[in-house]
Amino acid sequence: MIVERPRDLLIKKIFAHGFLLIFLGLILFPFVVVLSISFREGNFAVGNIIPDNPTLEHWVLAFGFDFTRADGTVVEPPYPVLRWMWNSIKIGLIASAGVLAVATISAYAFSRIRIRGKGAMLDGLFLIQMFPTTLALVAIYAIFDTLGEVSPVLGLDSHLALILIYMAGVTLHIWTIKGYFDSIDTALDKAAAIDGATPWQTFRFIFLPLAVPIMSVVFVLAFIGFINDYPIASVLIRSEDQMTLAVGSRLYLNEFEYLWGDFAAAAILSGLPITVVFLIAQRYLVSGLSEGAVKG
Amino acid sequence: MDTSTDIPSQPTSALPRVMLVTVVFAALCAVAFYLYHIAQPLFGAIVLALATGFAVVFGASRFYGARFIFPGIAAVLIFIAFPVIYTVYIGFTNYSSFNLLTYERAVEVLTARASVDPATEQPFAVAEDDSGYRIWLPETALLSEPVTLTGPETAALSEAQEPEALLERRAAVRLRSGLQTLTLTLPNGTQLQNSGLRTFATVTPDYTRTRPDELTRFDGMVLRADHSTGFFVDTAGERVPPGWRVPIGWDNFERIFRSEGIRGPMLRIFVWTFFFAFASVVLTFTLGLTLAVILQWPHLRFKAVYRILLILPYAVPAFISILVFRGLFNQNFGEINLILEALFGIRPNWFTDGTLARTMVLVVNTWLGYPYMMLLAMGFLQNVPEDHKKSAALEGASSVRIFFTITLPQIIPPFLPLLIASFAFNFNNLVLIFLLTRGLPDIPGTVIPAGETDILASFTYRLAFDNAGQQFGLAGAITLLIFLVVAVISYANFVAMRRAAEKRSGRA
Repeated sequence: MIVERPRDLLIKKIFAHGFLLIFLGLILFPFVVVLSISFREGNFAVGNIIPDNPTLEHWVLAFGFDFTRADGTVVEPPYPVLRWMWNSIKIGLIASAGVLAVATISAYAFSRIRIRGKGAMLDGLFLIQMFPTTLALVAIYAIFDTLGEVSPVLGLDSHLALILIYMAGVTLHIWTIKGYFDSIDTALDKAAAIDGATPWQTFRFIFLPLAVPIMSVVFVLAFIGFINDYPIASVLIRSEDQMTLAVGSRLYLNEFEYLWGDFAAAAILSGLPITVVFLIAQRYLVSGLSEGAVKG
Repeated sequence: MDTSTDIPSQPTSALPRVMLVTVVFAALCAVAFYLYHIAQPLFGAIVLALATGFAVVFGASRFYGARFIFPGIAAVLIFIAFPVIYTVYIGFTNYSSFNLLTYERAVEVLTARASVDPATEQPFAVAEDDSGYRIWLPETALLSEPVTLTGPETAALSEAQEPEALLERRAAVRLRSGLQTLTLTLPNGTQLQNSGLRTFATVTPDYTRTRPDELTRFDGMVLRADHSTGFFVDTAGERVPPGWRVPIGWDNFERIFRSEGIRGPMLRIFVWTFFFAFASVVLTFTLGLTLAVILQWPHLRFKAVYRILLILPYAVPAFISILVFRGLFNQNFGEINLILEALFGIRPNWFTDGTLARTMVLVVNTWLGYPYMMLLAMGFLQNVPEDHKKSAALEGASSVRIFFTITLPQIIPPFLPLLIASFAFNFNNLVLIFLLTRGLPDIPGTVIPAGETDILASFTYRLAFDNAGQQFGLAGAITLLIFLVVAVISYANFVAMRRAAEKRSGRA
């Protein structure tokens, strides 16, 4: 920006890169260690960053296969990681699709249709959005415990119950999509109205196609949010088979059975796809984030 | 004349809609009635309200606009507003592991208890017959009348020869539910009931319901239902578990504020929660902003690479990275202590020392949270006009001074609502505490589980869902207190957001 002396500039550059590199070294240290641990022998292993006797044991177990050690003992996978992953993905996809549908329609109405009390409702949504569902866990547990007596489909340990409660996450996304719709020129829907389109038709044929980018962002955000949820899933899901990844992963590191190596492999296996999705989507997230989103 | 030639004619499309609305409404009403029928009037009322709302909004044409927002509003009311209100309600009840059931279920449990008279106990076998089953008691050589074993029945016993076709044990076990409702009458009039997998005996119920709210024990002692405590009490005033849930007014709140064993740790947790949330915001904001400023420096190369690598902690699912840190900080074989020992010869016990545990929590949370702040800061920094900085530099201001007098004041106002939101998020950051420390180490000398690193949300979670007695009522009461705090934060955020929006539109 301003003219600077070349020598000062060089020192500054070295300083900046040096700082960033040291910082990155600290920040990325856990990832390197976990990668290394996943190839080490045993579950309490201490050793070099590049393992002395690399083994695929933890990885084979993470994929759900039995592993035969060199001495002939067969190790069985401690937990069904792939099943948990499937549970997480299934619940995440269905809940995100539901949230996306509800949020898009509501956002369109809040942006374009004249409804009495709209301003108050929007303010209300904003205030409610600050109350995390985590705080109502006791009630959520009590509600689904009772509903489970009516029908097990809606009770504890049911994925449907989890999906239903995740639908509450709709408020934040209504705001995000509404912000996008607000930026669309009103001439567009006026033209549609003159041609005789009903508000539904305007939404279906004009706004929906325009909203595909923001909808994909919201979908990814919602999906990652649901995959990452621990509190609600941990309260509602108790049996090992029904667990999501977030709830199940904790079992690896409990006080009685500390499976550090198995955990490392399972963590990389399950964390990698989510991380990649996030990194691809993150370019589009910044605008959504500054609207007030907090990852959680 | 009507000119609406090109508008799709509403009247023709109304009929299928009305029919569809009617069908859905009727179905929801049926569900509501069913819920009411099985003694769940609250859920019945909610479904009924949903059905009515649906019928009004989708039935009447004048609510056309509201149709678009109905699903969203209904979801928010049912899945956020209702649980919040219900939590508050639970805070005013004694719902806990001692008072877990409803009144009806508690009565059922008590009346189902029975004592077996061992003197009358004898084995049995089941014989199959063309008209059903007969029960054969080999010890007394008695055979029953034919029974169907499909519902409650009574059958008389009489002396007989041992039947030929006796069912095998496994087949008899399969008939258990029918056997359990069967009453056999001995020739002398004594009644026998199924008392185990292999036996029949005289079974006397411990309690019988003699009047509403009154149970009589086998020895004649009369128990009355005390609906203020949710227990049956005998004449000596002794409580007979299990109890049931009843509203108990402000008792939970009194416990929180009066009981020394709760108030002390609560206060500590309260202070720590605020400190934790505030420190997390300050640390992540400072670090994120610093990194953003460095990344914005025009002379820096490899920006894209740095950016991706710096975002990585945010991209990895939090539940995984937190657990990774749990392992890395492990006192005996965690990599962090191995390095510290090699460098300085120390091995801090991160999980058992209160201060160290709190430090670890903050370190991990900063690691998790700075990329979010960095991303936001990079966005806001771009909006600061270059001219302002240039003119300040020409006046001879140092770059540090420029940052604090020009850049920072311009990015703080739009940042404020997000900082408040981040504060609120960390205030309730249950996942971090729960996966990293579970709130441990415990604060010594408390009557309830309370840890040094517990924040209010994790403290409530442990009260309700750990094995410490499932104190849902108390947890609900504390949640109400958290709600109040969150409401204040939420309102502050709302005001800050408004201001930021006004400023933006004012400038435009």
